Amino acid sequence: MNKTSENGTVKPVSLSIALVGSGGSGVMTAGSLLLEAAGRAGLYGIMTRVSGPQIRGGEGAALLRLSTRPVFCHSGHFDLLLAIDWLNADRFAGEIPLDQNSFIAGDEKIPEFFSQRGATFCEVSFKQLAAQAPGLRPNMIALGLIGSAIGLPTEALEDVSRKLIGKKGEAAVQASLAGLSLGASHAGLLDGLPAIAHNPNSRSADLPELWNISGNEAAGLGAIRGGIRFVAAYPITPATEILEWLAPSLEKVGGVLVQAEDELASVNQLIGASFGGTPSLTATSGPGFALMTESIGLAVASETPIVVVNVARGGPSTGIPTKSEQSDLNIALYGLHGDAPHLVVAPFSVSDCLFSTQWAVHLAETLQTAAIVLSDQSLGQTRSIIPRPTNVSFTTQRVIQSEATENYQRYMTGGSGVSPMALPGLAGCQYTADGLEHSPRGTPSSRAEDHAQQLDKRRDKLSQHDYGEHWAHIEGDGAMAVITWGSSLAPVEEALHALAAEGITPRLIAPRLLMPVQPERMAAALAGVETALVIEQCHGAQFFHYLKAFYAPQCELHSMALPGPLPIRPDDVRKEIRKHWRQE
Amino acid sequence: MTTGTTSQPALKAKDYKSTIKPVWCAGCGDFGVLSAITRALAELKIAPENTAVISGIGCSSRIPAYLNTYGFHGVHGRALPVATGLKISRPDLTVLVSSGDGDGFSIGGNHFMQACRRNVDMTYIVMDNQVYGMTKGQASPTTDADWDRSKMTPHGTHINPFYPLVVALASGANFIARASSSNPSGAAEVISEGIQHPGFSFIQILSPCVTFRPEQRDWKKVVRPAPIEATTDPAAAARRLMTDDNFYLGVLYKGDRASFQPEFTDQPVSEAELEREFIL
Repeated sequence: MNKTSENGTVKPVSLSIALVGSGGSGVMTAGSLLLEAAGRAGLYGIMTRVSGPQIRGGEGAALLRLSTRPVFCHSGHFDLLLAIDWLNADRFAGEIPLDQNSFIAGDEKIPEFFSQRGATFCEVSFKQLAAQAPGLRPNMIALGLIGSAIGLPTEALEDVSRKLIGKKGEAAVQASLAGLSLGASHAGLLDGLPAIAHNPNSRSADLPELWNISGNEAAGLGAIRGGIRFVAAYPITPATEILEWLAPSLEKVGGVLVQAEDELASVNQLIGASFGGTPSLTATSGPGFALMTESIGLAVASETPIVVVNVARGGPSTGIPTKSEQSDLNIALYGLHGDAPHLVVAPFSVSDCLFSTQWAVHLAETLQTAAIVLSDQSLGQTRSIIPRPTNVSFTTQRVIQSEATENYQRYMTGGSGVSPMALPGLAGCQYTADGLEHSPRGTPSSRAEDHAQQLDKRRDKLSQHDYGEHWAHIEGDGAMAVITWGSSLAPVEEALHALAAEGITPRLIAPRLLMPVQPERMAAALAGVETALVIEQCHGAQFFHYLKAFYAPQCELHSMALPGPLPIRPDDVRKEIRKHWRQE
Repeated sequence: MTTGTTSQPALKAKDYKSTIKPVWCAGCGDFGVLSAITRALAELKIAPENTAVISGIGCSSRIPAYLNTYGFHGVHGRALPVATGLKISRPDLTVLVSSGDGDGFSIGGNHFMQACRRNVDMTYIVMDNQVYGMTKGQASPTTDADWDRSKMTPHGTHINPFYPLVVALASGANFIARASSSNPSGAAEVISEGIQHPGFSFIQILSPCVTFRPEQRDWKKVVRPAPIEATTDPAAAARRLMTDDNFYLGVLYKGDRASFQPEFTDQPVSEAELEREFIL
């Protein structure tokens, strides 16, 4: 919807499209092609995959938001719901909010839940259209219809389809192109849907390099950029794509991925590989992460660097494997037994999955401890058109004992708390790394002095490190603050952007580094704040309680804590901020 | 496989020991195993710095600290995964794993089967005394079903014992042997052969717990060499192991499967190359 603001310029616009269909209907393919073609045509966008519980044959939804500006979260309003078929589509009812401004395209079997939304219904049966000629596929017809209705150039759609389908042979390509063209000929059905691709605010084709990447792929790339060369893992939704991307990629850079028998094995394989000197990482989700916690403690106690990426999903227990929630915060912060200082880093966006993972590798290696990257399904399984992520490089790395020394002490105390690590192969420095409490030499010890010394060492090396500006994303200086983390940042930022036009300008505080806590930095960030609103996608308000426990903000505190799997929406955030805003 | 032989003057078995005094009870079978490991390493002339001994939790798992090699003393049941990660990423090292019947067959039982399947080149030494010694005398997976001396199972376990050598064979271990701590030089020979054999070598060492199973002192009277040559035929080995009385010593099976060891490319591509697929 091209809205004209007061000063007469055209505002950036976005368009939200949901494609639904049963298993095999090809909605994910159509969604991916639409995103890629939109990217080539000068638009930004995101696409989130949402599936039902079935492995195959189950319903799926591709949720897209295309925009003339970089976009990072979904909106509270969908402009178009297109159904290849309606089988079990009502399972996505909550994820696809529709109203009288929306369009629905699909056959007459439309479920009541959707038909009652007041949207304009455009009856079209993609299956019947596909029956017109052999080889036609309903999803390609749907893609042609949408692409044409929103003004995407035919070449962009044809190029991306050819790229994907080319390997199936020329006949398949021709059938796809025929499908696109048949769909385009019905584009009149969606008259009134804004032709976003014609918006004058679209970037021109010669702008800087754009990437099409998912959060899980970005985390994989961040791992390799950080120096990871050994991965052991057990498949789990929604983290598996990290592993599937890493397996061939590690091979190309001289590393290896081992599929382990379970998460107990994968985390311990990392510890073994890292003990031998190879930077090591695994990726998992809540249930696997819970299994790993004992040995994450071993990495902390034995000072063996490892990185665990937790792509969180709805919990507890098996929960909602295919959908997102920010409720693994507590286990990441407090899940290890004993006093076990470690690192918890939470990415804000698809692009930040790359930076945060790379940073976590750097920190784990530098500080010889375990780092947890707390991503989630909404970041991991969202594919995004983004400007090329900045190349960052960190200079410090693991401190290795380089030569034999008299009386080598692996766990020597003093200084920064980081003690040089001898690697097997170095003569004269043999030691046993131990999960038992130990003396500086590494000898098992239950002496009170040794315990106190080693506890101090493991705490101080983390608390004394300078994490720099990366620790948080902070903007503004209002007397009201909005405090959030991880994937909730995007809807909050979008809400704040819209509220600024109304003169509502709270400051924004979003820590990326959740452990170790940064009391001085947070105190500075909170200076002058009278009211704070804490926003998270978690029924138990875990982040709210964490802030109170570690930072004790001296201001009025409000909590907006919504459970998954519905995303936090910019509209809801806006309403909540307005409620607490006082004229300054 | 023997790797990393030292160029220094030959080391004696005692040079592989550390100065730390073991926590074991006087008369514990594990002393004999410690001695056998050091003898095997000395005989093979493997440099201590090129050797890593990995363990979990239990009396047997204390061994790394008593050796002058690199060592990793991890959590209960997970020694094999630690060793797997180390050996795959550092194939230049000689990797030994020390474990017990509880650590290896109960809490770590799945890793045992998977390690046999995976066949990474390492030597797995399990000191079997049919009891949890460190927690003061509970039944383990190899304890007889009617053993009623534990306060935790005062009427016995009513669970049949587990036959680790049979499981190892069925799971794909490439070398299966039994030794006794009462004969350290015999055990050293078996360990030495296990280290040299490619792939996953599993060695059960009968190692009495004199404190909680004092009757095991008599094991030394019943153990005897198996009256056979090591076979490479799994079917013959299966028959032999299924009819075994658990006191035959020696190398009972030697397979010829290749070790699992991923190749590391020596022509890595640049990270920029990896990014290409994402560029629109």
